[in-house]
Amino acid sequence: MTDYNEAFKDIPGTVVFDATQSRLGFHLNQFCMSLMKAPNRAEFKADEAGYLKKFPMTEAQRQAVLDRDYNRMLSLGGNIYFLAKIGATDGHSFQLLASKMSGVTEEAYRAMMIAGGRSVEGNRSNKEGR
Amino acid sequence: MARIVAGVATSHVPAIGVALDQGKTQDPYWQPLFAGYEFSKRWIAEQKPDVVILVYNDHASAFSLELIPTFAIGCAESFAPADEGWGPRPVPVVEGHPELAWHIAQSTILDEFDMTIVNKMEVDHGLTVPLSLMFGQPAASDFRWPCKIIPLAVNVVQYPPPTGNRCWNLGRAIRKAVESFDRDLKVMIWGTGGMSHQLQGPRAGLINREFDTAFLDGLTRDPVALTRIPHLDYVREAGSEGIELVMWLIMRGALAADAKEIYRFYHVPASNTAVGHIILENP
Repeated sequence: MTDYNEAFKDIPGTVVFDATQSRLGFHLNQFCMSLMKAPNRAEFKADEAGYLKKFPMTEAQRQAVLDRDYNRMLSLGGNIYFLAKIGATDGHSFQLLASKMSGVTEEAYRAMMIAGGRSVEGNRSNKEGR
Repeated sequence: MARIVAGVATSHVPAIGVALDQGKTQDPYWQPLFAGYEFSKRWIAEQKPDVVILVYNDHASAFSLELIPTFAIGCAESFAPADEGWGPRPVPVVEGHPELAWHIAQSTILDEFDMTIVNKMEVDHGLTVPLSLMFGQPAASDFRWPCKIIPLAVNVVQYPPPTGNRCWNLGRAIRKAVESFDRDLKVMIWGTGGMSHQLQGPRAGLINREFDTAFLDGLTRDPVALTRIPHLDYVREAGSEGIELVMWLIMRGALAADAKEIYRFYHVPASNTAVGHIILENP
């Protein structure tokens, strides 16, 4: 099982939502779930830091949310389907989130997708450099 | 007796639902995608299935991290569209087929598949976007889907998801269950999600046309070989969300060995995703 989880870590730029990540991110992801209700979205928007204090998350997780640093949220146990609810609350498209995570402008990301997407060549394995 | 007549696979991108709901299907960006489903809409209007077993995954809508069933079958009378953060999609409530759903639950559990039985559940874009693609938007004067739908939710969010082989075998057990249901019903099974896409991290936007084409070919050429693809290869080759393709193997496992491909469509991109769609008919 250790080997099963470890093997994924060789894939560049990817966090697999395994047991470790899930335990780390439980409260962060539960906060995201709360944003499915309109009154909670309004409360969060009115006082983000105050709202985040209602959830027993780490300070680092709270800061990552305030910064809208999605890669950091992923590394701290966030799952993208849960984190997408923050994006939805902000009125941001999934493509905007994806562009932020891959460090380009939304226009550049959109153009990359129209041109056929990110190639798998060079993106398969850190160890093997392929 | 009930019988499975065909299998359908299609991606279930949320942005497709948004484009449909906002009337953007003729925009230059979306037009080629929706054109790819014109044949399918005509085909299914002729086929008139009584029931569709719709294999999909929930995206943190009905199931949070509080409860994560690997396989969950919807046995309720109806399933309401979920509010995914921007209000529920304006599509009809999904009407179930409790009698057949319970029969499948019982049959597969006795066949040693530990199914979770769900009697109340909202359904998100994973289920409603495939319905919209295949049936179009129902008219306001008769606002319902044209058949009964049995939702079958598969966990592909929390690792580990089920293996491809497990999904294939569940498909076989579903076929056995349907064929032992003592009612004359025309049943279809749909596998949704995929194809290659990655929604997270610096590698977001990954697309692998070669992998996707081989997977589509494999569905008729050598489906058993597809059941041996390890999770690692899906994530490496088809992106972290490409893992959804294991759900297509439930669909394929429920069909005959010599099921025929009658239609295929592939399009990049729909938002972040390679859209794949195939129709397979049982002999």
